Amino acid sequence: MTSNEAWHALAGGALIGAGSAALLLLNGRIAGVSGILGNLVQATFGEQAWRLAFLLGLFLPALVFGAEVTLLPRNWAWAAVAGLLVGVGTQLGSGCTSGHGVCGLANLSTRSLVATLSFMASAVVTVFVVNHGAP
Amino acid sequence: MKFLTALLAGLLFGSGLLISGMLDPANVLGFLDFFGAWRPQLALVLGGAVIVAAPAFLYVRSRGRNALGEAVDLPDRRRIDLALVGGAVVFGVGWGLAGICPGPGIALLSTGQPLVFAFMGAVVAGMAIVFLLRRARAD
Repeated sequence: MTSNEAWHALAGGALIGAGSAALLLLNGRIAGVSGILGNLVQATFGEQAWRLAFLLGLFLPALVFGAEVTLLPRNWAWAAVAGLLVGVGTQLGSGCTSGHGVCGLANLSTRSLVATLSFMASAVVTVFVVNHGAP
Repeated sequence: MKFLTALLAGLLFGSGLLISGMLDPANVLGFLDFFGAWRPQLALVLGGAVIVAAPAFLYVRSRGRNALGEAVDLPDRRRIDLALVGGAVVFGVGWGLAGICPGPGIALLSTGQPLVFAFMGAVVAGMAIVFLLRRARAD
């Protein structure tokens, strides 16, 4: 990690925190992306507007400035299996990196700490098996 | 009004994801690979975000209201059950396979990469499966 990368990580993290704080302070909502996305399909029409607006805001900076991507899922099956696990897991576990990781930890939630440690651990094991596991 | 404030919050969040480098799955998987060429950025991103968001949560939790005086019901902070831990473990496996979680996944749709669309389509399908199973069990 270069010092430039470190400053970008800290500044980006601070902005993510500011966005989470803004949604809580102004909308009274938790900036958990899996919850917002999952509830979008179930919500009544009037309740959908803020969710769509938040997701639109999430999407626009990458569209306008362009996201640098140097790695993608290996193939269609890889992407589909990974996505299914993310969808099922976040709905069952009531949150992802933003809801449990950022907002839950900021809320000093024991529940979110347990969830965050759990998904970090299983992700580390998964990456170990994929990168260094038996052929 | 609620639309505009949520858009503002999303723009802050999305700018943060972009600047932090976390939209690139290589940086996420680089963090998760403790036994390879470790990239620690994700810890700084998460730490920075939690430190900035924490005062807002403390403020809203102590008042039970947001900055506009509206009542806010924060989620239960203590209940730990099998669905929470099991769901988190399943999510982590998917996250470790792709290096993409739901927030970056939405932002990465902007790249137009078909594999990102396949991933996010599967995310929504997985969410729908749990939703339908839970509804079927509740009936």
